[in-house]
Amino acid sequence: MLDFDWSVIWKSREVLWDGMVLSLKLFGIALAGGIFFGTLLALARLSSWKILSYPAAGFVNLIRAIPFIMAIFWFYFLTPMLVSKFTGQQGEAVGPFTSAIVAFILVEAAYYSEIIRAGIQSIPRGQPWAAYALGMNYWQAMGFVVLPQAFRNMVPIMLTQAIILFQDTSLVYVVGLKDFLGAASKGGQITGRIVELYLFVALVFFIICFGASWLVKRIQARYSIAR
Amino acid sequence: MDWRVFLEQAPSGGMTYLGWLGSGLMWTLLVSIFAWVIAFTLGSVVGVLRTTPLRIPRAIATAYVELFRNIPLLVQMFLWYFVMPEVLPKAWGDWLKQDLPNFVELPFAQFSMWEFTAAVLCLGLYTASRVAEQVRAGILSLPQGQTNAGLAMGFTLPQVYRFVLLPMAYRIIIPPITSEFLTIFKNSSTALTIGVIELTAQSRQISEYTFKTFEAFTAATLIYIAITLTVIYAMRLLENRVAVPGYISQAGGH
Repeated sequence: MLDFDWSVIWKSREVLWDGMVLSLKLFGIALAGGIFFGTLLALARLSSWKILSYPAAGFVNLIRAIPFIMAIFWFYFLTPMLVSKFTGQQGEAVGPFTSAIVAFILVEAAYYSEIIRAGIQSIPRGQPWAAYALGMNYWQAMGFVVLPQAFRNMVPIMLTQAIILFQDTSLVYVVGLKDFLGAASKGGQITGRIVELYLFVALVFFIICFGASWLVKRIQARYSIAR
Repeated sequence: MDWRVFLEQAPSGGMTYLGWLGSGLMWTLLVSIFAWVIAFTLGSVVGVLRTTPLRIPRAIATAYVELFRNIPLLVQMFLWYFVMPEVLPKAWGDWLKQDLPNFVELPFAQFSMWEFTAAVLCLGLYTASRVAEQVRAGILSLPQGQTNAGLAMGFTLPQVYRFVLLPMAYRIIIPPITSEFLTIFKNSSTALTIGVIELTAQSRQISEYTFKTFEAFTAATLIYIAITLTVIYAMRLLENRVAVPGYISQAGGH
């Protein structure tokens, strides 16, 4: 016990760095895509057209009822099948990274849509009415009046969700991707020192997420809406 | 699509693929329920400590929450399963890895007690940090006057918690606690990474053996949805029964 050999971390630095780059890439794309499609989903769910709101609600509830890993598996195994069916090409060309990106964007869209929906609903009804009265159309009222305020209300909780998303990127381990955690596993297999590498991964995640949530608290205190 | 695949004989366990799904479901529920017991009790203690005026216990409770909340669940899973036996004294570590009974003869699973225990501990302690935050929020949502009134009546601080604050707080936080239980139940799928053949792992296994990926995942997804709906329904009944009169959450009230 406790005969640690911390030099393996230095020896595995390149693998670990590549892993961190992949994690950050996944995080960035999933965050941007999740917020974009999450906003559309939230608007669809709040729409008075049932043809929009019912499927949106169904999708969000479905995604939220299944484990994240299950969603990753769904896209990992089915995207290649679908691609080969529609294009006639070999489905393997899709690859685990692309299918993971698709899964992450859709799952995050479902979670973000709930946050954004709550944000939109926190805006008084009179605001869109006033915008319509000024002659704005739906998209102008949403884009210039409602959404900017909603997003401002939602900044802290969206950032908190972003921290959770960053932690969840480690789940791509299950389809064999070498994200930060996957890279540490790989490095551990090569060097035979899995313990040090996993402890190091935990420490790095802790520092990043703790620092980020501390920042979120600061932002929250500073920018909480003045009403 | 061919749903009859579930009635076919599976290569192990002397059962059909449907039986495999059932066994996966059983392990999902066992992991979730054991972990939930840990999460609820430990989370309540930590949450209460975070609201007490005692400085050192409060600092320890805060450190607990920050530590367990800021490391990804999957990483924590590996810490329990791979790292824990190595940093314990060697004899203990070996005992965990080798001497705990296997579940091989037990219902159709090829993993050991240690894999199951590590998964339960990991999920339980991780979720405890989230439950603690809910309990804390519930207690903090109560007016300070309730504590003061209790103290003025001659209650000790533990009595104030036991008879005044906690009964109110628990009734208020049932909805967020429900979603924590659903989270634990979904998160139990991370146990597949350390070899626990729960529902998600079992559906992947069926897909690998039969190439009926769509059917296997659909079946597991439907089971997850069914459980989610059941939990929400049961909790709504409970919520209505224990709703605090005069609060907005009370069903049917105005």
